[in-house]
Amino acid sequence: MTARPVLASDSAPRLAPHTRLRHDAMRGVWTVQAPERTFMLDDTAHAVLAHCDGATTLNGIVDRLCDAFPGAPRATIAADVAAMLQDLADKGVILA
Amino acid sequence: MSSAALPEPPLAVLAELTHRCPLQCPYCSNPLELEKVGEEMDTADWRRAIRQAAQIGCLQIHFSGGEPTVRQDLEVLVAEATQAGLYTNLITSGVSCDRARLDRLAAAGLEHVQISFQDSTAEIGDRIGGAAGAHAKKLVFARHVRDAGLALTANFVVHRQNLHHLDAMLELAVELGAGRVEIANVQYYGWALKNRAALMPTREQLAQMVETIETARIRLKGLLAIDFVTPDYYAKRPKACMGGWGRRFLNISPSGNVLPCHAAETITSLAFDNVRERSLQDIWQNSDAFRAFRGTDWMPEPCRTCDRKEVDWGGCRCQAFALTGDARQTDPACALSDSHDMLVSVADGEAHARDVRFLYRNYKNGARRQVRPAAVPQPG
Repeated sequence: MTARPVLASDSAPRLAPHTRLRHDAMRGVWTVQAPERTFMLDDTAHAVLAHCDGATTLNGIVDRLCDAFPGAPRATIAADVAAMLQDLADKGVILA
Repeated sequence: MSSAALPEPPLAVLAELTHRCPLQCPYCSNPLELEKVGEEMDTADWRRAIRQAAQIGCLQIHFSGGEPTVRQDLEVLVAEATQAGLYTNLITSGVSCDRARLDRLAAAGLEHVQISFQDSTAEIGDRIGGAAGAHAKKLVFARHVRDAGLALTANFVVHRQNLHHLDAMLELAVELGAGRVEIANVQYYGWALKNRAALMPTREQLAQMVETIETARIRLKGLLAIDFVTPDYYAKRPKACMGGWGRRFLNISPSGNVLPCHAAETITSLAFDNVRERSLQDIWQNSDAFRAFRGTDWMPEPCRTCDRKEVDWGGCRCQAFALTGDARQTDPACALSDSHDMLVSVADGEAHARDVRFLYRNYKNGARRQVRPAAVPQPG
């Protein structure tokens, strides 16, 4: 058996296979579609997941969000992003 | 919610393409009066219904049955759903689809396959499914699903006759490469209600089951998502059935009847509209069956003044009807229901029943039985 995927600062997370980031025009929200599950994303969650391309590292994602949200301290953004992505990894939505 | 307001759009549609099935599980969620092949909607009807489901807001479609792969047009319907922007799930027994067909379904856009298992072993699984050799075919098909690169869920319906294998079921799910497992306690409507005395778990099994699931969730975190449906006969509060009547989901029967849940036709006091005659949007927004128990305005006491009424939405209407004869009653699974004590005594009594034979789910056993509320024995 493989081990639980744990995110590190040099992980390059990406959406798991057959997990889709989709815009729902009727409701005006971004969603993640996964096996028999729908996640409705707020703007922050979408901003994070939009960078999960399998090439950008966790550090890189935090850099980009710091650029996008210049008012927030980097340490806060880094902690929030890491917690959110680890939770999504544990749910099978992203691969670390 | 005001009864005049338009409802929120649905999130998902369950398309029950057929009631034909190679298995005969005694807890099947299909109605006792199974629809025959001649009553099924044709390809054009289903394609239109699928497009309409996407247009009114559905994001996912679950192709189910019966066994959906007995429909020769499944590839066409998966392609239609994919083109309409729906995320596609196939809910299958896994015994009647070969690798070539699976590849065609994947090419049509299929994302995810859920395979039902009746046990972790062939011996018990084949007996419960009433189909010799079925378990071995499921194992082969599960490997095809992974080899084809599709997402896999293993579904185990659990009850008194297989709960001693719960650990092995979880191990099998991991071994098969499933990203997700459903451990679903039997829900007692229709066929399962007929077989309740053969299936009801004991309280000892319940305690062991909860402990096994809690331990496994820690041990398998990040490796296997575990969805657990608790047995509500031993619950204190009811489940939020379907996330609330007419709030999130709709179900289309093989002949095109549009239902708030797959068991809704057991409520014989309701009439259902058909998607061949009315648009899905009209049915979702305006049909009597969907409006009957949508929101909270319909609720009697104790639900009406309960602070959980928008948490559990009054529980399950089908269960209320099956056990009290009145679909408006509080779900007897709720400890605040007048019928709760009777429910508990039924569970405690039937959990220790001996030598109860299954009434297997098939056309012969269903045709000669009427759908009517089961009597709840009075205490004493």
